[in-house]
Amino acid sequence: MSLQSKLESGKFALSCEFGPLKGTDTAEIKENIEILKGKVDAANVTDQQSSVMRLGSLVTSALCVQGGLEPIFQMTCRDRNRIALQSDLLGAWVLGIKNVLALTGDLPSLGDHPQAKGVFDLDSVTLLQAITRLNEGFDMVGNELHGKPNFFAGAVVKVDSNTEASAEMQIYKFEKKIAAGAKFFQTQAVYDAGTFARFMKRVEKFKVPVMAGIIPLKNAGMAKFMNANVAGVHVPDDLIQKMSAAAKEDREKTGIQIAADLIQQMKPMCQGVHIMAIGWEKKVPSIIQAAGL
Amino acid sequence: MILSEQKPFEEILGYLERDKSVFILGCNGCAQSSGSGGPKQVEEMKKKLTEAGKKVTGTKVIDFLCGKALVKSGLRGKVDLVAAADAVLVLTCGIGVQAVAAAINKPVYPGCNTVNLGGSRGEWEGSERCDECGQCLLYYTGGICPITACTKSLVSGACGGANKGKCEVSQDRDCGWELIYNRLKARGQLDRLADMLKPLDHKKIMPRPEMMSTSRYALENLDQEVKAK
Repeated sequence: MSLQSKLESGKFALSCEFGPLKGTDTAEIKENIEILKGKVDAANVTDQQSSVMRLGSLVTSALCVQGGLEPIFQMTCRDRNRIALQSDLLGAWVLGIKNVLALTGDLPSLGDHPQAKGVFDLDSVTLLQAITRLNEGFDMVGNELHGKPNFFAGAVVKVDSNTEASAEMQIYKFEKKIAAGAKFFQTQAVYDAGTFARFMKRVEKFKVPVMAGIIPLKNAGMAKFMNANVAGVHVPDDLIQKMSAAAKEDREKTGIQIAADLIQQMKPMCQGVHIMAIGWEKKVPSIIQAAGL
Repeated sequence: MILSEQKPFEEILGYLERDKSVFILGCNGCAQSSGSGGPKQVEEMKKKLTEAGKKVTGTKVIDFLCGKALVKSGLRGKVDLVAAADAVLVLTCGIGVQAVAAAINKPVYPGCNTVNLGGSRGEWEGSERCDECGQCLLYYTGGICPITACTKSLVSGACGGANKGKCEVSQDRDCGWELIYNRLKARGQLDRLADMLKPLDHKKIMPRPEMMSTSRYALENLDQEVKAK
């Protein structure tokens, strides 16, 4: 069953994500595809994640299609103007890619080519508008297409914010993304079911499926780093303590168990989970198993 | 000198749809020379808005609107008329609109677009306040420019990267969209955030060809032309 039919029929959906490596060696991608297919409904392929140059998400998504794993093609507005974005979308459809996740993208100055020019000709909302327009058979300026795609478009939302302005604006933008054509959402990593419940209460009226973001903790240092540096991610102290208390050989098990617990707590509140394993792609099946999915 | 030109009247009326009364501000500097916001244009705007059913509580043309202090001193004697209006319409460049929006606790709308002159600026040195995009969005952002205040120049709202109100790029830089949110909230205009905007027209963010056919350009290229002959 495709991600779209699963979410549209109200079944609990499961996605994960992996980032292509820098270079032309695709062995690990193929290995990950084999491990993940049949275990998740779809896999996000990140688009030059954190502005670090690597093999692209379009090509890697096509490899997923070939390998039998449904991809969610992540597309940022950082590196391409509206001509290239629309053209790559047409290309994606031709290559059998059905799901697109529209993102604004990080600034180049945060990545490994800080000298690069950030494009941002479109942003997440206007990119969604462009996808909707292509689905209707037209480009952004109204020219008719010869053959049109039918993408299932998604977007992201940050659940936890540390200022009122930031939190409220996420809700306004959530609504705008729906108006622009987003059919599902994936969230930034969540570590507190209470925070997630409060967020879901505010957005449930929009009736658009939300997949809760999960990043399994590898150690306490990772949690502290995310708390200090990643906007919208807050790992509560008790989870950090659990990770530091775990003996070195038990850390992996503890991290997986915390992720599984969070999935179980949040499952009744949302329509799916999105596991961002960040290098732990091969452990996704154990997380799914521990969560009883 | 900054060149500005008036927005279409229907667009201005659209900004004012929530407001019954308005105070009009013009600028005797560049806007007067541009023919977009001097005494004559302010009077014409007053007439048109009155005919369209808006109450114009007052008008004022100030010598320069380039900074908050100039706006405040220029409005002496008109404070009551400004207070009586639901909103303020400013006929000048983007820098002037932002100065007025920072100085007056009311919804402030731009009546002009600032035309790109390819680097030639007015008294406000630098482009950190107005990038001369030719499609002024200040009506929708509480008078804080999203093109210059947001690191990514986003027009649809914040990106999600801000942490404690600071841009992810630098802890020294405020998130432009959080400034916009707080301004709109203070002015009771948060509903503006729901407006859907078109992507920017980058064609308007370049100097127009006719700007490059001035005598300055001609003199600069004279030697090449002579050589060619």
